Amino acid sequence: MPILLCRVDDRLIHGQVVVGWGAQLDLDLVVVIDDELSDSEWEQELYRAGLPDEVEALFTSVEAAVELIPSWASNAARSFILTRDIATMRRLAEHGVLADIEVNLGGLHSAPGRERVLSYLFFSDHDRAELRRLQRTGVRVSAQDVPSARKVELDELLEIEAS
Amino acid sequence: MSDEVQGILVGHGKLADGMLDAVAGITGSREGLTAVDNASMTPEALEEHVESLIGDGTSVVFVDLPSGSCAYVARRLKHRHRRLAVVCGVNLPLLLDFVFHRTLPLEDVVERLRAHVGVSIEYSTDADSSVSGR
Repeated sequence: MPILLCRVDDRLIHGQVVVGWGAQLDLDLVVVIDDELSDSEWEQELYRAGLPDEVEALFTSVEAAVELIPSWASNAARSFILTRDIATMRRLAEHGVLADIEVNLGGLHSAPGRERVLSYLFFSDHDRAELRRLQRTGVRVSAQDVPSARKVELDELLEIEAS
Repeated sequence: MSDEVQGILVGHGKLADGMLDAVAGITGSREGLTAVDNASMTPEALEEHVESLIGDGTSVVFVDLPSGSCAYVARRLKHRHRRLAVVCGVNLPLLLDFVFHRTLPLEDVVERLRAHVGVSIEYSTDADSSVSGR
C-alpha cells in the first residue's frame, strides 16, 4: 500500500488528522518526521495519547526517514506522513523520496510575520520561498484541510491575495 | 492569591465560548471560567496564551476532543504545572459541577469531575420501555 498522504500541519496529530483524514483513509500508521520530536520521548507520548489504539505512530528524523520512506511505500500498512513545516517536507522532496506522492498543505496557522491566505493557511515570505523550492523538486502540492473541503492547487494558492 | 480553582475551557471553533455562554445562562455567572478558542492559532501561540491564564494558580483545563490540538497543548502544560488537571471530553454537567465546587482542594474537585466523565444513553425497546442506563 503506497503512502496515502504527506501533510504539512503545524498541529501534527490532531482532530482533523485523526478524525477527518484518519477515518476516510482507514489508517494503520502515522509517521511524524521531525528532527526535534524524534529525540523527545515524552512529547511523542503526548501525541500518541491522541490516536486510537489501532493506529500506530512513528517519530523519526529527516535523515532516518529518507532511508525508511521506500519501505513504508511498499509495506501493507496504510500510512500517512506528517511534518510541522514546509522546510521539512522540502528536505524530504529534495532527497527524491516523495516522487509520485502528493503533498497536502493542511494547516499553518497565524504567527508574527504571516498573512492569511486561507482560513487554515497563513504564509510568511519564508513560507512562500520554501513552497517555491518544494515545487521545483517536481512534487505536486495542494491545500486541503479536511477531505470534504475543496482542494486548492499550489499555483492558485500563491496567487491568492493575502490579508 | 485566591485558593479557588480556576477553569480554562479550550475548544475547537466556538465551542468554548458556547459552553461558557450555556454555563452563564444556567448559573448567572461566568466567574471562575475562561473560554479560549483555538481558531487560527499555532500550537505554540495557544500554549503561551493558556499558560498566561494558568499563571501561578491552581487550574483545571477542560478540552473537547482527546485527540485534538487543544488536548495536546493542555497535556504539555500539565508536564510543567503540578497544580493543573486536564479534563478531555468536556460536557455541561461537568462544568456546572466545577463552578459550584471550585472552592474545594484540587484533588476533591478532580474526584467530583470523574463522576461526570462519559455519556448517558437512554434508549428503550418495545420489549422493555422502562430501561435506561449509562
